[in-house]
Amino acid sequence: MDATIFFQQLINGVSVGSLYALVAIGYTMVYGILRLINFAHGDLLMFAAYAAIYGIAIFSLPWYVSFPLAVLITGALGIILDRVAYRPLRDAPRISLLISAIGASFLLENLALVIIGGVPKGFPRPDVFGKVIDIWGLRVQVLTVYTPIITLLLLMGLLYVVYRTKVGKAMRAASKDFETTRLMGINLDRVIAITFLLGSSLAAAGGLMWAMKYPQVNPFMGVFPGLKAFIAAVLGGIGNIIGAVIGGFLLGLGEILIVALVPGLAQYKDAFAFIVLILVLLFRPTGIMGEPIIDKS
Amino acid sequence: MSKARRDQLLSVLGILVLFSVLYLFQLFGTDYQIRILNNMAIFITLAVSYNLVNGICGILHLGPNAFITVGAYTSALLTMSAAEKQASFIIEPLIWPLSVLHAPFVVSLLAGGILATLFAYLISYPVFRVRGDYLAIVTLGFGEVVRVLCNAFQTVTNGPLGLKGLQPHTNLWWSWGVAVLTIILITKLINSSYGRAMKAIRDDETAARAMGVDPFRHLLLAFLVSAFFSGVAGGLLAHLITTISPTLFTFFLTFNLLMMIVVGGLGSTTGAVLGAALFAWGGEALRVVENPINLGVIRIPGIPGMRMVIFSILLMVVIVFARRGIMGRKEFSWEWLIGKFSKSPTGGSSVAS
Repeated sequence: MDATIFFQQLINGVSVGSLYALVAIGYTMVYGILRLINFAHGDLLMFAAYAAIYGIAIFSLPWYVSFPLAVLITGALGIILDRVAYRPLRDAPRISLLISAIGASFLLENLALVIIGGVPKGFPRPDVFGKVIDIWGLRVQVLTVYTPIITLLLLMGLLYVVYRTKVGKAMRAASKDFETTRLMGINLDRVIAITFLLGSSLAAAGGLMWAMKYPQVNPFMGVFPGLKAFIAAVLGGIGNIIGAVIGGFLLGLGEILIVALVPGLAQYKDAFAFIVLILVLLFRPTGIMGEPIIDKS
Repeated sequence: MSKARRDQLLSVLGILVLFSVLYLFQLFGTDYQIRILNNMAIFITLAVSYNLVNGICGILHLGPNAFITVGAYTSALLTMSAAEKQASFIIEPLIWPLSVLHAPFVVSLLAGGILATLFAYLISYPVFRVRGDYLAIVTLGFGEVVRVLCNAFQTVTNGPLGLKGLQPHTNLWWSWGVAVLTIILITKLINSSYGRAMKAIRDDETAARAMGVDPFRHLLLAFLVSAFFSGVAGGLLAHLITTISPTLFTFFLTFNLLMMIVVGGLGSTTGAVLGAALFAWGGEALRVVENPINLGVIRIPGIPGMRMVIFSILLMVVIVFARRGIMGRKEFSWEWLIGKFSKSPTGGSSVAS
C-alpha cells in the first residue's frame, strides 16, 4: 500500500479512536461507581445528534449555540436516566439493574423511532468542519484533525474535575467503597447524578462529532459505537479513565488499519471489536490499565 | 392413590386436553389463529430454555439469538432439496457437502439442536471465565459475531439474501409437541440434583463451591441444554416463516425473550410459559396501536413501532416496581390448583416453590 493512503488511514483511525474514547469514558465512569454497563449510553449519541439537528432546523439556532445546548440536554437526559431506571434499583441484584439498562436503551431507540421515524436524516455539518485541508500532501477533512484535539481538551477538563475538585474526590471515593463514602457524609445520589451528567455530556460531544463524520442520523445509530466504546473501556481496564481513552484509540486504530491493510476483511469489521473483547477477557480480564476488579456486591 | 401418581395422571390429562384444543383449532381455526398458536409454542420453547440459564442459574446470557440462528440455518439447509439450493444461491454456489445433503424434517431439527449445542460448547470456555456484566457483553458479542458471519459466509448461508422458499413443515403438532417436550425435560432437569446445584450457584456461587458443587460443570450443562432446545426451536421457526435471513436473528430477538422471562418471573418455568404466551398473544393484540383507529369523527393514525415502546416500558416497570414478575420463583403445581378449588382450610397456601 502506498504511504499516503496508509497515513490517511492512520489519521482516520486516530479520529475514530478518539470518538470511541469519548464515549468509553462515560461507560467507565458509571461502571467504576455503580458496577453497571449502562446499555443506554450509546443511545445518548443518537439523542445528542437529533437534539442538534432540531436546534438548527426548527429553532434556527447557529451551530455554536445548538451544539452546546445539545450537549447540555443530553447531560440532563443522563441524570433523568439514572433517576428513573437505575436509582430505584440501588439495592437490587445486579442482573435487575442490567435488565433495566437494556429496557432503557430500547425505550430510547424506539421512542425516537416512533416520534421521528426510521428514515435517516442528514446532519447539517457546519462548513467550518467540512473543509478539506492539505497536510504534507495528505488531503484530510478538518473534522478528522479537530476530533482528536477536542477529545484531548475535554479529557483534560474531565481529569481536572476528577482529580482536583471535591466532587471528583467524592467520585473516586464512591468507586472504591460505597458504604464508607456514605459514612463520610457524602450525598451519594448527588455524586452519581454528576457522574451521569459528565459521562453523558462527553457521549453527546462524541455523538455530535460522530454525526458530522457519518452524517446519517437514525434511531439506532448509537448502538454500534456504544458497544464498541464499551469494549474499548474493557480493553483499557474498566473503571480507569485514562485506560478508556487508550482503549478507544487502540480499538479505533486497529479497526481502521485492519480493513486498510487487508481489504478482504472489510465485511468482518463489526466482529473485530468483539473478538478483541473476547481475547482481552480470556488473557487479561483487567485490561491494559486495570486494577483487580473489586466485587462490591 | 399416591400424590405423585395423581399429579402424573393429571399432567397426562392436561396434555391430552391441550392437544384436543389444538385439534379443534386445526379443524375450525383460521390461518391467523393457527399462526399465533405456532408462534406461541415456539416462544414457549425458547423462553423455557432461556430461563434455564438466566432464571435458574442466575447468569445474564444475552446470546440465545446465536443458538437460534445456528439451529435455523442448519435445519433449513438440510430440508432444502438440491435443486432449491441451486436456485437460491445465485451469487455464490453452496459448498459441496451441504449442496447435496438432504434430510427429513425431524432429522434436520435434531441436527439444528446438536449443532447449536456444539456451538455453545465451543464458546463456553471464554463465556464462563467471566461473570455478571462481562458475561452479558461476551454472549452479546457472540450473538453479533454469528450475525456478521452469516452475512459474510455466502457459500454457506447465502449472505444477506438468506434462504427462501423453505417447505412449511412446522405445524401445530410439531411446534406444540416440541414445546411440551421441552417443558417436561427442563422441569425434570430443574428438579434433579443438577437443578438444585444450579439454583445454589445462582444464590451464592462461593457457598455452592464450598459445598462441593462445580460451577463450571453445572453452568455448562444448563448452557448446552438451553442451546439444544433453542436450536430446535430455531429450526421450527425457520420452517414456520419459510424465509430466513441474518436480520431476523438480531439482538431484538434476545430482548423479546428476556422480556418474556422477566415479566413471567425470572427463575420460574411456569412464568416463562406464561410470559411467552402473553407475548405471542399480546403482541398481536397490540397491533391495534399500530393501525389507524377510527373514532367516527377523529381518525388517529397508526404509529409503527409503538409496540416496542410499550414493551420496553413494560420491561422497565416490571423490573423497577415488580421485580418478581407474575410468578416470582414459584411453579405451577396440581396441589396448588386443587387447593384453589377445594374449600378445605389447608388449601390455598400450599404453593410449591
